[in-house]
Order: sequence, then C-alpha cells, then structure tokens
Amino acid sequence: MVNQSSSSAWQRWLTQTVLPHVILFGYTCVALFPIFLVIINSMKERKAIFKAPYLPPLPDTFSLEGYATVIERANFPLYFTNSIVVTVVSLVLILFTGSMAAYALSEYKFPGNTLLGLYMALGIMIPIRLGTVSIMSIVVSMGLMNTLTALILVYTAMGLPLCIFVLQEFMRQVPRDLKDAARVDGASEYRIYWLILPLVSPALATVAVFTMIPIWNDLWFPLILASGESVKTVTLGAQIFLGQFVTDWNAVLASLSLAMIPILILYIIFSRQLIRGLTSGAVK
Amino acid sequence: MEKEITKTSRKPFPTHIIVFIAPAFIIYTVFMVFPLIDSLRLSFFAPDGQGGAVFVGLGNYITLMTDELWSDRFWNALWNNFVFFFINMIVQNPVGLLLAALLSARKLRFRNSYRTMLFTPTMLSVVIIGFIWQLILSPLWGIAKGMMTFIGMEQFFMPWLGLESSALIVLALISVWQFIGIPMMLFYAALLGIPEEMVEAAHVDGANPWQVFWSIKFPLILPSVGIVSILTYVGNFNAFDLIYAVQGGLAGPNYSTDIMGTLFYRTFFGFQLQLGNPTMGATVAGMMFMIILGGVLLYLYGWQRNIQTYEV
Repeated sequence: MVNQSSSSAWQRWLTQTVLPHVILFGYTCVALFPIFLVIINSMKERKAIFKAPYLPPLPDTFSLEGYATVIERANFPLYFTNSIVVTVVSLVLILFTGSMAAYALSEYKFPGNTLLGLYMALGIMIPIRLGTVSIMSIVVSMGLMNTLTALILVYTAMGLPLCIFVLQEFMRQVPRDLKDAARVDGASEYRIYWLILPLVSPALATVAVFTMIPIWNDLWFPLILASGESVKTVTLGAQIFLGQFVTDWNAVLASLSLAMIPILILYIIFSRQLIRGLTSGAVK
Repeated sequence: MEKEITKTSRKPFPTHIIVFIAPAFIIYTVFMVFPLIDSLRLSFFAPDGQGGAVFVGLGNYITLMTDELWSDRFWNALWNNFVFFFINMIVQNPVGLLLAALLSARKLRFRNSYRTMLFTPTMLSVVIIGFIWQLILSPLWGIAKGMMTFIGMEQFFMPWLGLESSALIVLALISVWQFIGIPMMLFYAALLGIPEEMVEAAHVDGANPWQVFWSIKFPLILPSVGIVSILTYVGNFNAFDLIYAVQGGLAGPNYSTDIMGTLFYRTFFGFQLQLGNPTMGATVAGMMFMIILGGVLLYLYGWQRNIQTYEV
C-alpha cells in the first residue's frame, strides 16, 4: 500500500516535473543549436569547420579570416546604418502619427468615426505587398526609387493599421475625468493628447515590438524599391553577399553571424520587456 | 463641466480632429489603400503594345488560369502554397500549443529562460534562417548527415532541399521552426489569462492535468486558436523571403517550391530570362488578394461568430 502510493507519487513527479523540462529543454536545443553552430564555426579555420563542426574554436583552430573577407568585400556597417535609419524613422512615424489618429478616433464622436476606424484597420489582415506593382510606380513618379525614404514611407503605411487598432483600445481605458479636468484647466486638445501619451506607454512598447521585427527583417521592399549599394539594408545586403560567396564557407558563416549577433545582443538585453509586451496585449 | 463638454462637441469645425487624423490617414491611403486598389484595377488591363493599356476585363485572370504559358505555373504555385500552409498548420500550431501549455504550468522553474530561448529564432531574419538551414542540411558540411548517423539512420539521409519530392516540405518545416514563437506566445498569453480558481476547482474535483487542459483550458483559449490559424494563413499565402533566400527566384528544383509570393515576384519583376509584366503581376497579386480575403472573411463570419467565447 505504502509502496504503491510512493510509486504513484514518483510517477507524478516524473510526468509533471521531469517530463515538461525534458520537452522544453529538448525543444530549446532544437531552437538554438543551428544558431550556436553557425556562430562557433564562424570563428574557425576552414579545415576545422568541416572536420570538427561541433567543437568551439580552440587556440589552434581559431581564425577570423571569414570576418576579414566580409569586412573587405561587403559594407556591413553601411547596411546596418541603413537598417537602423529605416527602422527607427519608420517606428517614430508610426507611433507618432498612429497615436494621434488613435487618440482622435477613441476620444471624439464625429460622423464617420466607426467607418474611419474600420478603414484604418483593413490593413491589419491584407498584406501591403499585394499593392507592390502600384507602390513601385508611385515611388518612381515621386523620384524616390533607391532611397531610404521610399522604404520608410511604405513601412509606415504597413505599421499604422495595427498601431492605431491597438492604441485605440488602450486610449479608451484612460479615465475620462482626467481629460475633462485638463480641459477645465484650459488645456488645448493637442496638450491633452500629449498628456495621455505617457499613460499608454506599455501599449506603445508592445506596438513598437510588433512593428519593428517585420521592418528590420523585410527582404521584399528593399529588393524591389531600394537595391542600390548605398541604400541596402542588412537583410538584403546579407542575402546578396551570401549569394555571391556561397562557396567561401568562412565568409558565409561570418556574414551570417555578423547579421545575427547585434540582434541577439539587443534581444538578450530587452527580452524581458519584449516578451512582457508580446503577452500584455492579449492579457491586458 | 457639462457646459464645457457640450461646447467642445458643438464646435462647428473641429480642426484638431483633422490635424490628429490627417498624417496617418494620408500615408496609409497613399502607400497602402490606393496601391491595393490601383493594383486590382491594373489587373483588368493589358499593354496595348504602344506604351498604353487596354481594358481586358477578366482576361488576365482567364489567361492565368487557362493559358498554357501561365496556368501550369499558377496551379503549381497555388497547390504548393496550400501544402506549405497545411504543414505549417498541423506542425507549428500543435507544437506551439504544447510548448505554451508546458510554459504556463504553475511552479515551472526557469520559465523566463525557456521563454526567451524558444522565441529567439522568431526574432531573426528569414533570410538568415534560410541560409543557416541550407548549410546544416548541406551534404558538404554534413551536419544533418552526422546527426542521422549518430542515431543510426544514415541510410535515410538525402540532400532534401535539392529533391523535388522533399524540398517544399523541408522549407515548410524551416518556416515552422522559425515562427513557432508566435503561436507559442499567443497561446501562452491566453493560458495565463485563465483564472486560477477555475483550474483549482477542477483539481479539487480530482481531474488530472491532461483532463484540466482539454476540458477547461482549451475551450477557454479557442479564440486564440482562431487568431493563430488566420495569422498562419495570411502569413503563408504572403510568404516569399524564405523560398527566395534558399531556392532563389526560380523556386527550384524545377519549380517544386514555387508559391504565390515567388510567382508574383517573377511575374511582376522578371527573373533572369523572363521579362517583368506589371499587369500580369497585378493579376497574380489580385489572386492572392482574393485568397487572403476569402480566408479572412471565413474566419470573421465562419469562426469568430460561431465559437462560444467564455467571458473570464
């Protein structure tokens, strides 16, 4: 009897404590192993990459020749600058114009309010890519072909629907009394918007995260609208470089690592806020 | 106070509303809504050979679906895209749900570390992920082969990405590997939202964790199941980057990994010997638009209206 209950407790411990860790740890390995493998091998000499791919770089196999090729042959600092400019400027434009529109839609009653809200939300589900044929001719006619401005404008349009939709929800929850009190004090509508903005900053962070990743990682629009050397983003730059250097394993591994490491560092630093942002939208 | 409010709402011309909305409205309209509509309009035209365009009605769509030059590629891409979506749907979402269920268990140690690590691939660019897997699966480097040898299945190793029969499946699995973080997080957030007392009550009644999950938690997160499904659908029918990065614009071998996104790119922009054709490109985009819109409408009217949502 005692034996049986202890064996069932043992079994419970196995299935409810050990098994989840086995599965989670196993999948974590599946998720991280390829990334890890590329990074360690990027710092090894060619022979060691093939002979002992699983070993970390050791004193006698350590080599940065791949990085040297990448630095010599591709302008990664420029690509990074371009990506940062495009992502940051788009993000600022999205958050600024999006929060203004969301404020107006949630705060004022005016004819067509609901319809306008729906109109702005359409773009959440319909991918902007489908309009590429016309986007390209608009960009050409504005003389913006091969400029970062073209990318910024397109990404801003792409990010706005979700931003407005999410922020509207959050702005509705800001207590009315607060705004009315400000109005009594004679604050202008613009001033009130500016006062409300910090109150929805968690939502702004969520939107920023959701919007930033697709912009940084996009290949489509840089490929079509801005493929010139001076305006290449990291994603496009890496894609083209990798295509040209397929056979140079050191260079390929080094460029993959160079494209990943900054993102991984940022991710490690901000992962807590980021994941809180990702889950808060749904939980509230 | 009352007076103040009525005064505001009676203002004859609310300039501030226009100032607030105009910037977003203009950018969104010019770079998103107008191009979508204009692109659909373009799909009803064909070049007349003198630099102009003539209205051809549904001509382009009929060409795309029936003309020998186009129809093979079109039906092939459409079919491949459904296969791609199907694999994503049946692998990514159940595994994502399993991981989320384990992560949301009470008293789980290292929860935050697991969450962070499992989400890492989702942060990275599809192009980078595509190349990494290309290297790992490459017979030259032999990582995949080495792994299979290790578990004694060496004879089953093949250069999967180079074979017509397996390339699409492998690409779909790479896509699953990368994007599993999204369903995982959405399910995880929904599971966290379930009140503790409900689960506690079921435990007291003697239900085991398996029963608690399927009869209490799962019905409560059904709305998330719908959201995840429609996100997967829209994302997959709009996919392009992965195939382009791994297999190039021709979506080889022999078009076996061609999906709507790559077909759209080649048709509109041209690739190698093929010349770009804006109106046919717009037609392919029009098809994608209808497929995606169809899915979204089915979701809004078929799923969202009919599932029971429990207020918790």
